[in-house]
Amino acid sequence: MNNIYLYTIVGMGLFTLGLYAVIVHAHLLRKILAINVMGSGVFLVLVALAARNQGTAPDPVPHAMVITGIVVAVSATALALALMLRVRAKTGQAELSEESLE
Amino acid sequence: MTLLQLMFDTLLGFSLLWLAWQALTSPDLFRAIVLFIAFGLLMALTWIRLDAPDVAMAEASIGAGLTGALLLSALARLGSKNGSRAILEKKHQAGSMTENTKNQLPFRLLLMVLLLAVAAGLVYVVLTLPENIPGLGILVEENLESSGVSNPVTAVLLNYRGYDTLLELSVLLLTLLGVWSLGDMTKQHESFPGPVLSTLSRLLVPLLIMAAGYLLWVGAHAPGGAFQAGSLLGAAGVLLLLAGWRPGTRLAGLPLRISLVLGVAAFVAAGMVFILLGRQFLEYPPSFAGVLILLIEAAATLSIGITLAALFLGGRPKFSQPKFSRPKLNQPKSSQPKFRRHK
Amino acid sequence: MLVTEILSSLLLIAGAIFFLAGTVGLLRFPDVYTRLHALTKADNVGLGLVVAGLVLQAESWTVAGKLLLIWLLVLLASASIAHLVAKAARKKGIELWK
Repeated sequence: MNNIYLYTIVGMGLFTLGLYAVIVHAHLLRKILAINVMGSGVFLVLVALAARNQGTAPDPVPHAMVITGIVVAVSATALALALMLRVRAKTGQAELSEESLE
Repeated sequence: MTLLQLMFDTLLGFSLLWLAWQALTSPDLFRAIVLFIAFGLLMALTWIRLDAPDVAMAEASIGAGLTGALLLSALARLGSKNGSRAILEKKHQAGSMTENTKNQLPFRLLLMVLLLAVAAGLVYVVLTLPENIPGLGILVEENLESSGVSNPVTAVLLNYRGYDTLLELSVLLLTLLGVWSLGDMTKQHESFPGPVLSTLSRLLVPLLIMAAGYLLWVGAHAPGGAFQAGSLLGAAGVLLLLAGWRPGTRLAGLPLRISLVLGVAAFVAAGMVFILLGRQFLEYPPSFAGVLILLIEAAATLSIGITLAALFLGGRPKFSQPKFSRPKLNQPKSSQPKFRRHK
Repeated sequence: MLVTEILSSLLLIAGAIFFLAGTVGLLRFPDVYTRLHALTKADNVGLGLVVAGLVLQAESWTVAGKLLLIWLLVLLASASIAHLVAKAARKKGIELWK
């Protein structure tokens, strides 16, 4: 019982940590890492809550959703990395600052 | 015993938070990525603790393995563009930092307050959730007979929530189209893999393909399935690419494209056939749902594996126009495209 | 039954000690080459002991076979990866620790 809530809170901590890093860091690769950490936090909350009922097998629907989510996360990461390399090729730096947008 | 388990869970939870913090703050990007991979492996351990072996396998192979490979190869390309390795981002950051040092401290304080409010709201919502809600687990269990498989996660993925999986395969395909639209495969200076890496790939690639087939088959009644199997195929592809193999120009044309859309195509075809037979889209008759799921999963595995390997390759591989020489389609299709050494 | 259980726990504990030693080496050794040495050697033996301990508890021969296969694959992968990491480090010009 206790470990379910432990993992939910860890999941929310990961989400908040990732959100902080997305806002604070300028480098795009760091932002991509941070979004992945946020995603892991969400998955952790979902799967932990799926195991909340005692004595029964965990709910398989959130498990399936999280597997879907992991695959979508890896494809989003791949696209984001390709876009980052493109930004780097165009502007010479891998971050979004005010002057690089002009 | 339960105290020991609680201690282990606490330790695991704190390690997760600590690794995530380190990965997001360490100034060296290479170090940050390695820490992120370690974070993914600990996540896989967490899924096991939460009784979700299917998710653990997907996380270990996709979340930690393939994402890590993608991040590292992107970092290498980021560094190789202007000669020096632009790994230390301190120098980069120095410029943008000085601009807003004036409002740096108040900004960070405001951010902290807002984020703490977000976190407190989340904790409040989760802790006030009603306890002992049966959820959909009972419903899944009751209908498992007619789903064609006995692993509930596979039943949800391929039968009850087939729409989700179909759309997910489409997302994967769209991503690849997005990456390809950003440019062709870059001509990177080849580093010779050396005897160890090429022997390793020769030993492991057949084993990985066999393991993918095994996971696909076993997914019907035990943890496993199309996504885990597909990610193993993807790993085999990444290993081949690392060992210096590139798809030949003929294979990169039609055969590659057909195998990329095969998963979505099989899914849609299965759905459409049952509309014509007077059923709903993706509503399988229970009598041969098992066979149908296995067929769709086999097509999806192939597509997922090849898409993931193609994402690792980066841009669109060069292919010969099928104007003069049509690729022979009557050959027996192998389950993995042949790769030819790129000279 | 009891004898195999005790033997299995002993093997598992011994394996854990090897892992601990390998990790201490990873954290304390001065350069990349010595760290690789600590990790691959100690952890491979540690994993071998853990696998041996688990084989004693295995329900069937197929499970035991799979466990052994995992160990062999890890041996193959870690030996090759250690070689590749060391080669990359040499190429990058990292000096040997004296």
